[in-house]
Amino acid sequence: MDKFTSHTGIPVPLRRSNVDTDQIIPAVYLKRITRTGFEDGLFAAWRNDPDFVLNTEPYDVGTVLIAGPDFGTGSSREHAVWALQNYGFRVVIGARFGDIFRSNSGKAGLLVAQVTPEVVESLWGFAEQNPGTVITIDLEERSITVGEQSFDFEIDDYTRHRLLEGLDDISSTLRHAGEIDQYESTRPDFKPAALPIRTAG
Amino acid sequence: MGKTLSEKVWDAHVVRQAEREPDLLYIDLHLVHEVTSPQAFEGLRMAGRSVRRPDLTLATEDHNTPTLNIDRPIADPVSRTQVDTLRKNAADFGVRIHSLGDKDQGVVHIIGPQLGITQPGMTIVCGDSHTSTHGAFGAIAFGIGTSEVEHVLATQTLPQSRPRTMAVNIEGDLPDGVTAKDLVLALISKVGTGGGQGYIVEYRGSTVESLSMEGRMTICNMSIEWGAKAGLMAPDETTFNYIMGRPHAPEGKQWDAAVEYWRTLRSDDDVTFDREVDIDASALTPFVTWGTNPGQGVPLGADVPSPSDFTDPGDIAAAERALEYMALTAGTPMREITVDTVFLGSCTNGRIEDLRLAASVLRGERIAEAVRMLVVPGSARVRLQAESEGLDQVFLDAGAEWRAAGCSMCLGMNPDQLAPGERAASTSNRNFEGRQGKGGRTHLVSPAVAAATAITGRLSSPADLALAR
Ligand code: SF4
Repeated sequence: MDKFTSHTGIPVPLRRSNVDTDQIIPAVYLKRITRTGFEDGLFAAWRNDPDFVLNTEPYDVGTVLIAGPDFGTGSSREHAVWALQNYGFRVVIGARFGDIFRSNSGKAGLLVAQVTPEVVESLWGFAEQNPGTVITIDLEERSITVGEQSFDFEIDDYTRHRLLEGLDDISSTLRHAGEIDQYESTRPDFKPAALPIRTAG
Repeated sequence: MGKTLSEKVWDAHVVRQAEREPDLLYIDLHLVHEVTSPQAFEGLRMAGRSVRRPDLTLATEDHNTPTLNIDRPIADPVSRTQVDTLRKNAADFGVRIHSLGDKDQGVVHIIGPQLGITQPGMTIVCGDSHTSTHGAFGAIAFGIGTSEVEHVLATQTLPQSRPRTMAVNIEGDLPDGVTAKDLVLALISKVGTGGGQGYIVEYRGSTVESLSMEGRMTICNMSIEWGAKAGLMAPDETTFNYIMGRPHAPEGKQWDAAVEYWRTLRSDDDVTFDREVDIDASALTPFVTWGTNPGQGVPLGADVPSPSDFTDPGDIAAAERALEYMALTAGTPMREITVDTVFLGSCTNGRIEDLRLAASVLRGERIAEAVRMLVVPGSARVRLQAESEGLDQVFLDAGAEWRAAGCSMCLGMNPDQLAPGERAASTSNRNFEGRQGKGGRTHLVSPAVAAATAITGRLSSPADLALAR
């Protein structure tokens, strides 16, 4: 994963609450077997609407999504994160997120910055009144800078550290393979296994 | 101080604990399906890694499979490639797979319990948010994304921060005609779709204890719909009886050892939960959704609410948007809403008990002219069981379609979809905009309400049918 330290880009105000992952990318777009090519499915139901924010300049080239509460709830599909990334988003700012979406983002390298609902309102207002003016998200400082103003955001220490270092989770865990072996040696025998296959015939 | 059920299960799976790091949790069972796994297997391949424990991994095909003509190649080439990719990955990495046409194929959360491989005290994950279903057995079970799928394949562990604990205390007898589905829909409308965020929830109380495993699974299934990390229930005799004799149930001495351990899996008397919610089950009536998230529900006997019924500005805006999308007018009695489609199936309500309940309503009846009804068993074995009981014939005689097992219209990934503007009564778990097809409108209901609605063409309960006669 690439390191993430800070990002500057155009903010996109998405004034909707409860944008679940089915709305971020509907199921019919989940058939690909790659991590790329999902941008076409992003917000598919709304993309035909000429007034939809991503269909208006300069938001169409935005890279920072300012989302409403409960963004990314619902289905666990990581494709929602890939679709945002494939489209060009690097950061999503919001007040409340679905747990699985947040964790998927951390793994895939999309920064999810949590702020208060009041900050979301301010950022929406800024993005709408100053279309095309960029915003800077500094992960080191956990800060968002817009014009003269600056806001703090929250992210858990562990995810922040991993994003800053560009760490691969699997390699980190495999450094503890000895502890996993040790744990496995203590698992009770009655725990089920999928192999050998048993079936009702 | 004692421990909660979820703390006991969690603590028994901690491989490693370090300051300022999430716990590294051991995973007892990893369920895999075709949609959220291809990129994970590809990641393993690129890094030259293998699946650490193929024997704790189980794959099936469900989300993107057809429910018609399953003996022929999948018509959509992109879907076919996705399913073929899972088959190839399973073969290459030595993972057990139940493919379309196999008797053990089915929705991933139906087949685990059915095989008896879902057991108390386990940690279970799957690249699917409704993995919470397995919590009904006293397991910590939750959905993960594809990067985490890869992590579990490679290491059989997951770094996880310890969630907070919540108890949902459910007391009282469910009135006649009220099911576990009505209960969980009522719960979600009470606590809101974000109410469980950050928590593992334990459902407890006399109502839970008197439910069948099927009913318990329906409730745990929808834990994610109110944002909970996972939902679980203490195992008891009902649980043990359900597992006993299933293909992967422990046998002999191992059974005794297992049951002895399983009996310890309950919250201690002196625990405190971070939050508690109380539900009086005896006051419930059939419950249905009117909006576009599972928290937007009302009793079937109520009217479509008005945005002005809400106080939170976000809820008001969400209600306005939902009414517009659903093409509903505030004040309309829910019972006057007509549907063109009824979907009976999914990992929420696609088990044999659900099919029996719906068939008992439909026996000797005809569904309304204007309604198409899809009955999609949750697994191939549920289908076979239903056929051995003659339920398929009840559905067919009533004018419904009898399909092969899979997710089907629950998520509208295969051809089973709503057309734009179509309205469904669905026993599944999500009424999101476009969930069952672009522009489709979904009312979440119980299997009993689904069956009665198919007959009248309007949202109805079986009691309404009796009154009409
Ligand atoms: S039946 Fe529906 S909710 Fe269940 S696993 Fe399939 S798509 Fe997901």
